[in-house]
Amino acid sequence: MDRLLFLFATGLARGAIFALFALSLVLIWRAARIVNFAQGAMALVAAYVAFAVAGFTGSYWAGLAAGILAGAAIGFGVERGLMRFAPHSSPLAGVIVAIGLVMMLQSLLGILFGAQYRPMRAPFDDSPIMVGGVPLLSPYDVFVLVVALTVMAGLGVLFTRTSLGLQLRASAFAPEVSRVLGVRVSRMVTIGWMLSAAVAALAAVLLVPTELGLNPHATDMLFVYAFAVAVVGGLDSPVGALLGGLVVGVAMTLVTGYLGATVAPIGVLVLLVAVLLLRPGGLFSLREARSA
Amino acid sequence: MTAPAPTRTRGGALEIQGLTVGYGGAPVLHGVGFALAPGEIVALLGANGAGKTTLLRTLAGLVAAASGTIALDGRDLTALRPEDRARRGLALVPDGQSVVAELTVDENLRLGALWRHRGAARERAITGVYEMFESLARRRTSVGHQLSGGERQMLALGRALVADPVLLALDEPSLGLAPLVVAQLMSTLRVAAADRGLTVLLAEQNVTSALSIADRGVVLDLGHVVADAPAAALAADETLRHAYLGF
Repeated sequence: MDRLLFLFATGLARGAIFALFALSLVLIWRAARIVNFAQGAMALVAAYVAFAVAGFTGSYWAGLAAGILAGAAIGFGVERGLMRFAPHSSPLAGVIVAIGLVMMLQSLLGILFGAQYRPMRAPFDDSPIMVGGVPLLSPYDVFVLVVALTVMAGLGVLFTRTSLGLQLRASAFAPEVSRVLGVRVSRMVTIGWMLSAAVAALAAVLLVPTELGLNPHATDMLFVYAFAVAVVGGLDSPVGALLGGLVVGVAMTLVTGYLGATVAPIGVLVLLVAVLLLRPGGLFSLREARSA
Repeated sequence: MTAPAPTRTRGGALEIQGLTVGYGGAPVLHGVGFALAPGEIVALLGANGAGKTTLLRTLAGLVAAASGTIALDGRDLTALRPEDRARRGLALVPDGQSVVAELTVDENLRLGALWRHRGAARERAITGVYEMFESLARRRTSVGHQLSGGERQMLALGRALVADPVLLALDEPSLGLAPLVVAQLMSTLRVAAADRGLTVLLAEQNVTSALSIADRGVVLDLGHVVADAPAAALAADETLRHAYLGF
């Protein structure tokens, strides 16, 4: 029972990171109708920036801020410099450009920094706090949960309560109508990419201290899991990303805890296949079937 | 009616000259030209495929013209993007009851008012639309796809008016609506245009309805202007009606 509770609590913290990253995929899907396969690699570059700035200044917080800003800048660059020119006639074009970008960014990181793991220090203790003799969350887990939930709540307010959010949503749903109403849709698409890439960068920077460290493939699994989360939750649904992230995080931690770490990825894939078979639009999507 | 005080006191003058538009192959519009005086309501008539929608989309900047000019109050718009034309006071109500289905009535109106008004002025402009369309006021928080066809078209019209345009272009607003609803829409349009001195270009297949509120009619056939005359004269011209308007 104690073990179940512990696994459940750590699963939530891990799930919050998946949820955050999945949310970034949902943001880009809604803004540009692209499943951005390069999201993991882009976030990783931002994490390297965070690592470098944290090392240079000696401050984790400076590194975190630099990572998020770098994420937004990378989002801007990728949209204005690359994705804007991918033909929209076929959804495959954007996917292929993204996969090319992944290979380019990962090789570049490998050439510049080598393939070794560079441990990234957490700003808080990562050994669990004991509550009534039962190990629960670590202070770092609590930090991750608080940051993730705060950012998600902030994005919720941005999208539903502000003029910018209204324009972002309108541009995503009805670009042509939005343009004739005077909305600068192409600027909205760029802002969508920047927001999305910044959120993904944050998720990557939060994840790395819990793993072996930074290396050119540090976000590969994060992307796979978060992609599963986004599909499970419904690519159109931010709430789905949040709940799906927590579900997958907990499920994965439980599978790892009881059956072993090697089984976990299989567990996630089984979940993904089951959802795709039973509810192709995702668990929380309003639509019956996916329309790309 | 207590419509919001229009900040522009008169509609704009529209002048279209030698407009040729083609999608790749054969041109859809061949050197189309006509003009709208400030405050004038002009019906744009013609059968399916005559080029009405293409003309309106070119006017709004959604389709690029191969040649020709479109000038609003003497300023050429041809080089401007759709969003910048909107900000010059050109409002297009696209066909198909074009509300954003995922947004609420209130959000749709806010979207229309966004670049034009700020703060209290924005709230006043939105309140003005609700006073004009009482059925919308009761459905503020309904999302677009919960509305009836008539309500959607009223919302699309209200959303265009909330930005205080100088030129309002409508693409077949009567399409798919019941006759009673069409009559209501047309009378609302006429009153709103008269109140604001708005210039209106109304593309319609429903010739009788359109001519009933228009000052003039322009008839398109296969991308050419074949008639440009006062509404009453068009309605009375039997040869023309048979040849191009199908009644």
